[in-house]
Amino acid sequence: MPQSADLVKDHARLFQEPEYQALFARKSEFECGPPAEEVARVAEWTKSWDYREKNFAREAVVINPAKACQPLGAVFAAAGFEKTLSFVHGSQGCVAYYRSHLSRHFKEPTSAVSSSMTEDAAVFGGLANMTEGLANAYALYKPGMIAVSTTCMAEVIGDDLFAFIKQSKDKGSVPQDFDVPFAHTPAFVGSHTTGYDNMIKGILHHFWGSRERVAGESINIIPGFDGYSVGNLRELKRVLDLMGVSYTILSDTSDIFDTPTDGHYRMYDGGTTLEAAKAALNAKATLSLQTACSAKTLPWVADKGQATQSFNYPLGVGATDEFLMAVSALTGKPIPEALEKERGRLVDAIADSAAYLHGKRFALFGDPDQAIGLTRFLLEVGAEPVHILATNGDKDWAARVGAILAASPYGKGGKAWAGKDLWHLRSLLDTEPVDFLIGSSYGKYLERDCKVPLIRVGFPIFDRHHHHRSPVFGYQGGINLLVKILDKILDEADRQSVAADGISFDLTR
Amino acid sequence: MNAMTKEDTRALIGEVLEAYPEKSRKKRAKHLGVYEEGKTDCGVKSNIKSIPGVMTVRGCSYAGSKGVVWGPIKDMLHISHGPVGCGQYSWSQRRNYATGTTGIDNFVTMQVTSDFQEKDVVFGGDKKLDKIIDELASLFPLSRGISIQSECPIGLIGDDIEAVSRRKAKDVGKTVVPVRCEGFRGVSQSLGHHIANDTVRDWVLEKAKVDFKDTPYDVAIIGDYNIGGDAWSSRILLEEMGLRVIAQWSGDGSLAEMEKTPKAKLNLLHCYRSMNYISRYMEEKHGIPWLEYNFFGPTQIAASLRKIAAHFDDTIKEGAERVIAKYQPMVDAIIAKYRPRLEGKTVMLYVGGLRPRHTVDAYGDIGMQAVGMGYEFAHNDDYQRTTHYLKDGTLIFDDASEYELEKFVQALKPDLVGSGIKEKYVFQKMGVPFRQMHSWDYSGPYHGYDGFAIFARDMDMAVNSPVWSLTKAPWKQG
Repeated sequence: MPQSADLVKDHARLFQEPEYQALFARKSEFECGPPAEEVARVAEWTKSWDYREKNFAREAVVINPAKACQPLGAVFAAAGFEKTLSFVHGSQGCVAYYRSHLSRHFKEPTSAVSSSMTEDAAVFGGLANMTEGLANAYALYKPGMIAVSTTCMAEVIGDDLFAFIKQSKDKGSVPQDFDVPFAHTPAFVGSHTTGYDNMIKGILHHFWGSRERVAGESINIIPGFDGYSVGNLRELKRVLDLMGVSYTILSDTSDIFDTPTDGHYRMYDGGTTLEAAKAALNAKATLSLQTACSAKTLPWVADKGQATQSFNYPLGVGATDEFLMAVSALTGKPIPEALEKERGRLVDAIADSAAYLHGKRFALFGDPDQAIGLTRFLLEVGAEPVHILATNGDKDWAARVGAILAASPYGKGGKAWAGKDLWHLRSLLDTEPVDFLIGSSYGKYLERDCKVPLIRVGFPIFDRHHHHRSPVFGYQGGINLLVKILDKILDEADRQSVAADGISFDLTR
Repeated sequence: MNAMTKEDTRALIGEVLEAYPEKSRKKRAKHLGVYEEGKTDCGVKSNIKSIPGVMTVRGCSYAGSKGVVWGPIKDMLHISHGPVGCGQYSWSQRRNYATGTTGIDNFVTMQVTSDFQEKDVVFGGDKKLDKIIDELASLFPLSRGISIQSECPIGLIGDDIEAVSRRKAKDVGKTVVPVRCEGFRGVSQSLGHHIANDTVRDWVLEKAKVDFKDTPYDVAIIGDYNIGGDAWSSRILLEEMGLRVIAQWSGDGSLAEMEKTPKAKLNLLHCYRSMNYISRYMEEKHGIPWLEYNFFGPTQIAASLRKIAAHFDDTIKEGAERVIAKYQPMVDAIIAKYRPRLEGKTVMLYVGGLRPRHTVDAYGDIGMQAVGMGYEFAHNDDYQRTTHYLKDGTLIFDDASEYELEKFVQALKPDLVGSGIKEKYVFQKMGVPFRQMHSWDYSGPYHGYDGFAIFARDMDMAVNSPVWSLTKAPWKQG
């Protein structure tokens, strides 16, 4: 008998027991699957150049994409404002999905409500759902603001959020002066980064729309969709505080996705205050840390008279330098010696470990700006980014990555793949292998199938815990990232040396 | 132990309802109740539209079809037809274990989508779907079929996925199944189960030509999704008692198994809510009887094994007794180990359409009592099937909102809450132990005797974890 009270075996070990192995053999008789040799033959063929060509000839089907849809980004963006509840207008299943997706990554509750539209709303429109829904959400969850976005159902039938919110308020579902910013977030346009952009713009439009700007000295920072927002934003604030800069982060998700277990559930916690969001109109400048997450917002902000600048997920030495210098130039605040010392420590760490990084070939995938940040970092440490893929990247993104690669001797063999998915990446890894893969948890299938060790960086991380708590931004984040990469490289060196009869199983590396 | 009287519980429901605007309060009042001993149902309304804005826990038809019924069929490619999100969020989340080589003859953990763009919504997606099916046939030659899982836009833009399916099934020589499970249809996952069942009937069973040598002991497992291997730890018992399992629906299932099922002598239905439809169809069309069994916990497992055996001859009846006797020492040891640690503890359950009732006695086996129970998407017949599991005075909630759940837990103070990922962290923050009862919290299997050992271990590790004694800072205690 495989199971016992002394040692309870769960799925990880139970099904390895002979009783279950025999069960699998019995079951296969009824499955009528292909013979093992045929499976092996086809598996081998999928690794070939022939298969790669077929795979890249795809025009219609998308397989294992590394992107999500707009409303996810909108819900994430809205969560970073004080006491803000996301209200997603359309089918309710979508909201269940956004909530579970974010909760699986952050291991935190995610609050959002739906207008629960069904067949009748598809015919008559969802105004009644919005009116009733806003009233219920307001009464039950006592939010300070309700941020409305849309599922594709509401977009296909053409529901007009501006008119619906106005009519709902007229019917008394929420007070007239209650803040209900909105953004249309069709899932069939762009990705979650687009939805983030639209929601930030929607919220700023709501607060800034008709007001006159009185230019001040503060700066705004739009961090963008980021699975590391908890660690990253705390690090960003620490750095800006060290510089003595006056700033507003538009949207600060660092507390809502990191609430304590102390016997009290906080549905709302932290976030950018609504007062600060209003006052952000008067800022001197707005900086976006991810170009793809502010494509519409930044030009609109520039129209308001602010200086704007966007970055590509500032991690590593050079990108952090650029970001800090930009902040310094805008605010007139010098970069303090403490930060210069931190910079030196990151460079010191890279120097200590460069020998293990130099010339290692990497593939990486993720959101466009994060992919750029990681590419630059790999080049800085002497590694060679080979396949760089962003399912939600566009031609401009590919051109930017191309330029970065061309500027470094370590980038000569690299190529950016915009709009491709992880099934494409599988072919790339099979035909042009690399030493390591960087990406989200979805990369674990590639790790298994292409036998390339995965370094988990990105969103979502479902199968490792608490990574989001440590920053990857800035010099400190650079050290975290370096350690993460090195741990995998050195673990792999040990694993390989054990496989090679223990030769090179060095104590000191 | 919960000390609330029925009057207290009714008062609690009243208090919770107070927070709603009047119209919604009236609607929600019908879904909350207190079970009265001897009643034939639970006294709540069910399978009704969720109220907007209240944070229902429910999902949609697509989740019921792709996520539950069709997705686990391992040798078919399941296209999430529409925008990218639905397929992305449901990708590999239901832990439907399946043997085979991913991407070669097993496609369960792949996210295949038509990734609709604006032009597809404007001009329709049928041509794209046609091309997708060709591309899939070329890239995955060992796949046995394709299902098309419709997302919201499909039904709104007037695509004819049935016509595409008929045409492409001929072109590629494989089964192609169009499923109209758009998320706006119906009120929850439940209609998606039904729609998916109907497509199995129309596009698989009614088309299949099966050459198969049956035996008098052939049964099929229906409605086990093999979460963490549940169907395997169930199958092993059925095989040990002398039955031959010719099909698993749909965990670790294959198209060939589905097609053979009308040859079974008895359909064994675990998840009644999601697969009673196809079982009734096979009963009417092929004369195959079905029975709902429950493989959670030794009390129900033994009762179910005997109930199943009663449909067969003495060999099988003896086989059932042999299996029960074989596992009894292990069961006794598990209960001796865990029951003293859990005796008298209470649990509140809020899961889909089956597990609250199916797990109550398993909790009872380890000394725990359910003080509150609800379903996300059950129907009236589920509540009727629940009554004999219930204790007088149990709080019942249908399609509960997060607000209600939070208030109920605060008042009932259960020692454990069993629900889903969206609820998990809310209650853990409150210091209440929690287990995910959809995914088994990445553990399992929980079905069968082997699964019961894991179930007992997991509930103990949740309830008795030392972490719960740390939630209050010492200077705040007392």
